[in-house]
Amino acid sequence: MDIREIMIVIISAVLINNYVLQRFLGCCPYLGVSKQLETALGMGMAVTFVMAIASAFTWIVQHYILLPLDLIFLQTIAFILVIAALVQFVELVIRKSSPTLYQALGIYLPLITTNCAVLGVAVINIRAGYGFLPSLVNGTAAAIGFTLAIILMAGIRERIELSDVPPALRGVPIALITAGLLSLAFFGFAGMVK
Amino acid sequence: MRPIEDFSNGLFRENPTFRLILGMCPALAVTTAAINGLGMGLATTFVLVCSNTIISLLRKVIPEDIRIPAYIVVISSFVTVVQLVMQGFAPELYGILGIFVPLIVVNCIILARAEAFAGKYGVVRSAADGLGMGLGFTWALTLLGAVREVIGTGSLSNTYRLFLIPQFSLKIIRGFYDPALITILAPGAFITLGLMIGLMNLLTKHR
Repeated sequence: MDIREIMIVIISAVLINNYVLQRFLGCCPYLGVSKQLETALGMGMAVTFVMAIASAFTWIVQHYILLPLDLIFLQTIAFILVIAALVQFVELVIRKSSPTLYQALGIYLPLITTNCAVLGVAVINIRAGYGFLPSLVNGTAAAIGFTLAIILMAGIRERIELSDVPPALRGVPIALITAGLLSLAFFGFAGMVK
Repeated sequence: MRPIEDFSNGLFRENPTFRLILGMCPALAVTTAAINGLGMGLATTFVLVCSNTIISLLRKVIPEDIRIPAYIVVISSFVTVVQLVMQGFAPELYGILGIFVPLIVVNCIILARAEAFAGKYGVVRSAADGLGMGLGFTWALTLLGAVREVIGTGSLSNTYRLFLIPQFSLKIIRGFYDPALITILAPGAFITLGLMIGLMNLLTKHR
């Protein structure tokens, strides 16, 4: 694994195949908590934290438990349990060690269990046949891509609040259309890496 | 009849896609053709009915504090069933839906219904609720898929091909319609769904 390969994985996960805007993973929190810049940032950080740890742990579970014991069919159940346990654990650790960080991230942590980007990145890592380090890098980069997308979105939505939107499109519909335009902009990154 | 009310609730009044805005990821990702939306919708319906039934049966046994992990285990078991059955009997569809089959586990509709409904009410009502929500999700996804497919490719031929009737398609449109490919790409998914929810709002709330 040389540095060039790692850079390609990072650029591809953050920009080209952005997990929200191109792969549609994590759309629920993306639409749900992108109304304010501050909460969006908190959510992004919490997701980054959990996704980085989750991609490492699920890789270990896959290669040291499921594969040797021939239990691949339990992959979905095993991964979601690992993620749910991890989220609880992270919540506990943060609450004990850093009350300020807990205040910032606390309310978002339980939501992350059902963020499909976390399970999604774990499954994608396995299907792409990544090793341990690329899995970790891919998980972190995907989460950074999510954070970037949600922050951009929150910035735009704060301005939409002040503008005159047709009544039928207020709220979620206009957010979806905005996401579509953002996704169109991210198309521009396609072809950056050959 | 309360079960019938519970059933129809999910179809229109609390439609998961157009009203509750739940389960957005599969709704956006797999609806490049009507048939994909239908397949995804039916798979989700199966999981939703089964998990609602089991969780409702177990609601007195599951301790309050660990109910979410317990629900997730029940849900992911049924998702594994769907995954294996689909791999065996509909490999083409499994290939298209890809990663979104295991991701049914984290479809917020299922956990939301377990938490809001099946954990509180009886078996018959919970199953009816699951069926209504599932079919509401299915018709929403099929409609979205059909709209995107027709605008994006000018025909429903992808859908017909899987029903083995390739000749019967709307290809005539191709003569005078230039397909707007964008609707079957990623940006089109967001924009089409946004406009459709807007249209639903227009038809219901502002009548």
